[in-house]
Amino acid sequence: MRLEGKGLIDRARPVSFHFDGRRYEGFAGDTLASALLANGVRMVARSFKYHRPRGVMTAGSEEPNALVTVGRGAAQEPNLRATTVEVHEGLWAQSQNRWPTLGLDLLAVNDVFAPFLGAGFYYKTFMWPRAFWERVYEPLIRRAAGLGALSGDACEDSYERAHAHCDVLVIGAGPAGLMAARAAAEAGADVILAEEDTRLGGRLLAETEEVDGLAGVDWVDEIAAELAAMPNVRIMTRTAVTGVYDGGTYGALERLAPDIAARGHAPKGCFWRIVARRTVLAAGALERAIAFPNNDRPGVMMAGAVRAYVNRWGAAPGQSTVVFGNNDSAHRTVADLQAAGVHVAALVDARPYARCDLDVPFYPGAQVCGTGGRRGLEAVTLATTKGEDRIAADCLAVSGGWNPTVHLACHMGARPTWDAARQAFLPPADAVPGMRVAGAAAGAFSTLACLESGLNEGAAAAVDLGFRAPDMAAPSAGKATYDIFPLWQVPGRGRAWLDFQNDVTVKDVVQAATENFRSVEHMKRYTTQGMAPDQGKNSNVAALAVLAEASGQGIAETGTTTFRPPYVPVPIAAMGAGGKGKGFAPERRTTSHAESIARGAPMIEAGLWYRPSYFPQKAETHWRQSCDREVAMVRGSVGICDVSTLGKIDVQGPDAARFLDFVYTNMFSTLKVGRVRYGLMLREDGHVMDDGTCARLGESHFILTTTTAAAGQVMRHLEFVAQVLRPEWDVRIVSVTEQWAQFAVAGPQARMLLNGMLDAPIDDAGFPYMACGAVGLGGVAARLFRISFSGEHAYEIAVPARYGAALFGALVKRAEDMGGGAYGLEALNVLRIEKGFITHAEIHGRVTAYDIGMQGMMSAKKDFVGKAAATRPGLMDPERERMVGLKPVGAVKELLAGAHIFDEHAEAVSDNDQGYVTSACYSPTLGHVIGIGFLRRGPERMGERVRVVDHLRKSETVCEVTPLVAFDPEGGRLRG
Amino acid sequence: MADFKVQTACAGLLPVTVGDLRLTEVVPGRVTSLAPYLGSAGALSAAMQAAHGVAWPEAGRMTGQAAARALWFGREMALLIGPDPDESLSAHAALTDQSDAWAVVQLEGRQAVEVLARLCPLDLRDTVFAPGHTARTDVAHMAGSVSRVGPQTWQIMVFRSMAATLVHEAEIAMARVAARQNSPT
Repeated sequence: MRLEGKGLIDRARPVSFHFDGRRYEGFAGDTLASALLANGVRMVARSFKYHRPRGVMTAGSEEPNALVTVGRGAAQEPNLRATTVEVHEGLWAQSQNRWPTLGLDLLAVNDVFAPFLGAGFYYKTFMWPRAFWERVYEPLIRRAAGLGALSGDACEDSYERAHAHCDVLVIGAGPAGLMAARAAAEAGADVILAEEDTRLGGRLLAETEEVDGLAGVDWVDEIAAELAAMPNVRIMTRTAVTGVYDGGTYGALERLAPDIAARGHAPKGCFWRIVARRTVLAAGALERAIAFPNNDRPGVMMAGAVRAYVNRWGAAPGQSTVVFGNNDSAHRTVADLQAAGVHVAALVDARPYARCDLDVPFYPGAQVCGTGGRRGLEAVTLATTKGEDRIAADCLAVSGGWNPTVHLACHMGARPTWDAARQAFLPPADAVPGMRVAGAAAGAFSTLACLESGLNEGAAAAVDLGFRAPDMAAPSAGKATYDIFPLWQVPGRGRAWLDFQNDVTVKDVVQAATENFRSVEHMKRYTTQGMAPDQGKNSNVAALAVLAEASGQGIAETGTTTFRPPYVPVPIAAMGAGGKGKGFAPERRTTSHAESIARGAPMIEAGLWYRPSYFPQKAETHWRQSCDREVAMVRGSVGICDVSTLGKIDVQGPDAARFLDFVYTNMFSTLKVGRVRYGLMLREDGHVMDDGTCARLGESHFILTTTTAAAGQVMRHLEFVAQVLRPEWDVRIVSVTEQWAQFAVAGPQARMLLNGMLDAPIDDAGFPYMACGAVGLGGVAARLFRISFSGEHAYEIAVPARYGAALFGALVKRAEDMGGGAYGLEALNVLRIEKGFITHAEIHGRVTAYDIGMQGMMSAKKDFVGKAAATRPGLMDPERERMVGLKPVGAVKELLAGAHIFDEHAEAVSDNDQGYVTSACYSPTLGHVIGIGFLRRGPERMGERVRVVDHLRKSETVCEVTPLVAFDPEGGRLRG
Repeated sequence: MADFKVQTACAGLLPVTVGDLRLTEVVPGRVTSLAPYLGSAGALSAAMQAAHGVAWPEAGRMTGQAAARALWFGREMALLIGPDPDESLSAHAALTDQSDAWAVVQLEGRQAVEVLARLCPLDLRDTVFAPGHTARTDVAHMAGSVSRVGPQTWQIMVFRSMAATLVHEAEIAMARVAARQNSPT
């Protein structure tokens, strides 16, 4: 029922929305919960386990009952609290955990069987047969008990991630948070004020308090305007700080206002990482329930929430209300309801000594001991000193006291401490480095105390950072006392709920204690109390009190479980924002990328790089056709391949040569200027790290290449060696991978092609195999290397990347004119397998120089990284799996990389494993399949037949062990 | 001999304008990495001053103006941006041409810093990161460089090969920041 003239909603802006398919009207400023209450909708959900009718219970993110699913299709988002969902035009919300409808839920049969379904039921019942748990019981239970569901479609919501930094982060913008922010900002600190609600004010929006002689709401508006005008204050509403991490880092989830989120390109929310030097936690307090029989009917609400709905949203939760409490806020509730014109049927105050000056039926020392009503509250039963009374009411406002919101103070492992005077757990001192706690979160329960505490902590945080204390005083405000009388549960017939979200009752907790699950951690796990989205917001303290009583201990001795992030649920889509699709990893493109795409080349990823796989021509329908043609092209005329992705590292300095001697197994100080040498690098553990070429451009200037895959690793390794192992050597290392576009020109006509382009032609005498030097290409300064990864007469030509696209186009055109063309990675791979050249398929991290037959490259004349380890007997053992060539010789010609090798007549089981295949391809040059593999004593077994089995792909081939180099073993072609 | 067409790192990708946010390519001219030899930083700085009028930048700083600028670029390394390096420098440092190695873009606009908050984790508040400051940092998962060249003007550098990813990520962030205009944050 909407109350005329009350509330902070914008009555000039009506909005319509749907709940469970029915259309309702609300106003801008409403939450889904307040709009439903204003429309008289009381039952909004079914409970987790027993499918009991449930209604709105709170007015904040702690809501345990009114969980709804918002949106449809891929965008549907389950388990949102109706109390935090902003009503907006077109909002589509549905109730959860019911079948077929909220009104008629057949699974409510669980409630009838409740006596059998208590704590530990699953553990005791679904023990056997063992295999049934995963396949039968769990799916069954999950369907019967639960929360909302995801759509199963890929999430279409867009979230973003962002970073923010400040001197002082203030969490919560109630009276304490506002004062803390104001004080810290006044002192000169950069302040972020994070508030999960849509507007600042906290409880002041929900109460009829006066601050500084103004209505609380007006005072909030005033200070909010002041803060907004300060350049050093950043106000973040709709932003819930969800977790506390090391180094003053805080996670926070911002949900954008619905009208902004609806704009094109706008995200739905943002996951913030806020780094703060100091923090003031002013998260307030959560009102707690009292466990009395059937305290879960729709209409039973927290007293503070009832005041919030009346004062902030102008919505009366009922026509006739009973108020029940153990502290002064019950009286405040009656006063507010009466002021709003809502009938109060009774004020039940558990404190026997309580007095009342309100015009209301007053029951001091009494307790609510039962409720009646089918789908909602209809009557309340009181236990008074004179006996039981039954009062008709459709709303019962309950206050069992307040629990300081200590959650964030506990995220780094601290446990809150029990304060008997306030009957509350308080945040421990120094729980989080740099964090101070203010206001109700620290146990300050009057408005004035909150304002003062906020001022003090905010100022202290700023002073800690060296700012001058601000000259400020706290405004005047109510000093209302709290005066709490401990009351956790009311005995009586029927179940009394402690944890509404997980359907945990007093009986369950007592049962846990009876079965000796007396540790609070055991009780939690046995009963599921405080788990899941609730994270102990509603039930923790009351459940502990019940456990304490059942186990005969005090609350302080019983202790409490601690709290984990996130404080409120965070969609995985928000945490993973930016990581979808292409956001997952950067793409590296060569300068020939566009040309390769234009030529129809499928691109494959090599690390982050995209490289052309092959260049299909019109008649070709299978990659092998293209690949075979490209191989034949390189062997027969000339081919062009972009090799820019290989790492290129510039090494300069007086000690450059001795540095390279130290990082390569072979010698580089003897390399002449203008020459290139192949080199092998080991890791410190003696295994091969990478291979490549190194060219000497000048006396103290080298450029080395790495494989595409290991470019980063080699760069890091060289930096380590230079900075840590040989800091006294004068050598400077810098990557030039990106500076140069580099193309292989390979094939018998390579030189002819180049000579048509170079400013000065080359010949074999002036530019023999393994020569390098500066050349000119139409005036562009280029570098030419006569090196070959194909076994052909070949060059690599490098130009500054700005010319890469143009040079690639020109090279390919010339090659095509000569009967050649571009070739891709597939052909590159076949060419090198034919030649027995290695890639990281072979040097995969577990092989030594000896294993790949390169022990001769380990110089005896000098020390080098990995030498000591590589020469250990175990790493030079002939029994090791060593590299050989393979050739199918049986009926089956298929050879697969990854297959394992066995003796020809041995059973193909692990015990008999002799090695494995690392590379395989069809060689168009040789006309048959060839492979490279590692085989025990491999080089000693030439001509032997072996059995090659791929257990995964069910393939078996008989192969002959062959020399590694299958084509042109003398190497005449590359010198030609 | 055909003359080769020059293609910049962000050719065909920029400029991009979203609201008052603008992302443009900077063609920096000559870029040279300077890595001083052991004990030569002082001599290098003097040579730089004499030849180009810019001093060796301390960590996290830029020196010089648009025509000749020295940008701190990591441990014992700076980029000389603009002029061809004078021969005198090579006595004191390893010089390497990096003119084509980096995609260099400029982001400007009142909310440019908000866009950067979505691309990199740095604290870019005026009091912490003033014009003239620079950092090597993560830029949308890329190893990059972020510099403040003016109150609302920033220079971002990533590997040339990653130019498309940089523009893609920056465009998304720009669109999102623009879409939030008038919102409280």
